Amino acid sequence: MAFIQYKGVGITAMSAAVPKRVINNREYTEVFSAEEANEIVDKTGIEERRFSDEETCSSDLCFAAAERLITDNNINKEEVDLLVFISQTPDYRMPATSCTLQDRLGLPNSTIAFDITLGCSAFIYGLSVVYSMMEHSGLRKALLLDGETRSKVYSPRDRRSAFLFGDGGVAVLIERDSKFGTSTFSLNTDGSRADLIMIPAGGYRKMSSADTVVEKVVDEFGNMRSEEQGYMRGGDVFNFVIREIPRDIKNTVAYAGKEIEGFDYVVFHQANNFINGYIAKKMKLNADRIPSTIAKFGNTSSVSVPLTIVSELKGKLNGKKDLLLTAFGVGMTWATGVVPFVDCNISDIVEVEHGQAV
Amino acid sequence: MEKFKELLAEALEREDEIKMEDEFRSYDEWSSIAYLSIIAFMDEVYDTQLEEAEFKQLKTVQDMYNACTKK
Repeated sequence: MAFIQYKGVGITAMSAAVPKRVINNREYTEVFSAEEANEIVDKTGIEERRFSDEETCSSDLCFAAAERLITDNNINKEEVDLLVFISQTPDYRMPATSCTLQDRLGLPNSTIAFDITLGCSAFIYGLSVVYSMMEHSGLRKALLLDGETRSKVYSPRDRRSAFLFGDGGVAVLIERDSKFGTSTFSLNTDGSRADLIMIPAGGYRKMSSADTVVEKVVDEFGNMRSEEQGYMRGGDVFNFVIREIPRDIKNTVAYAGKEIEGFDYVVFHQANNFINGYIAKKMKLNADRIPSTIAKFGNTSSVSVPLTIVSELKGKLNGKKDLLLTAFGVGMTWATGVVPFVDCNISDIVEVEHGQAV
Repeated sequence: MEKFKELLAEALEREDEIKMEDEFRSYDEWSSIAYLSIIAFMDEVYDTQLEEAEFKQLKTVQDMYNACTKK
């Protein structure tokens, strides 16, 4: 059990951006029939998602969210000493996208900037990394930017993933203040399951070639994808989630000295209604306290936890609220956070088109 | 065993009769989505979790039932 606790650091403001383009899953029938689309939507609960256009990257979504965050909260850019960018869909293989964002946002050269690549649980990992650096004296303000364009990762001809993923970006302001009290994180890894969710080609193990971009039939259901597109072995992912997530939540809540019933909100990684509903039922959680954006944004990977907070908890985080955050996915990695929120200022969601806020 | 058939019928959304000797992958209702429902009831009702590789070894409804009740 890798538990880690921080004191006196917290999220003071949040914002989010999504592409303007809405994909209605029940009408997403270029490849699959309406009957099949309806069956998948009924099971997963993912009615709509947002898809980026060619000119919009994760960084553009985060940039739009960050500009909004800076304006709405009158943030003095000179005081931003740390910028961490989380994504598995960065602009380039190099340089790190955080460096280009430091310049675009007009942050000083004294800003520490680096990327974290991890996947669905990365927001909680990123929060832990930033809390750790912020707990020490020195750094004044930190920006945690988290963006994903998973619409560009998966094959539209693989029904196991074609209806699940969407795009989004968030910006989070993290500051030191004794009012926040203690945050507790549990961060976990099982690399023996690295092949459950993967993009096999395009890295340095299997570099891009004419062969890696060819779409091939991959299973008995006739699903098609190339090796440069992601795949997910949903059955084993579900098995893994059933086994690990309830246990991790229980252990982390106990370590933090809390009761599961005592949380104001429990924010899950927005995988799909089937998986999330099953965990909630298995843990006997009160559905009223589980905000969801599965129906309107689908699975946005690491963005899904903070995007759900921005979308669903705006106006509900006045005073002190205890949040339980939990996420799981590619790696495999899974993470749980017991995170107090105090008067968190949440901006309206920004829409982005052609790489620009609209 | 009747309870098991009932759960399986529900997971598959199958109205036709289910026989223990049936090869479940040959059902029209078999899909990757039905598979997730089967994982859920195996865990919930039988406290059984099978890796996909183990599940692939199962051919008939009887095999699945045996896997759920063997411990």
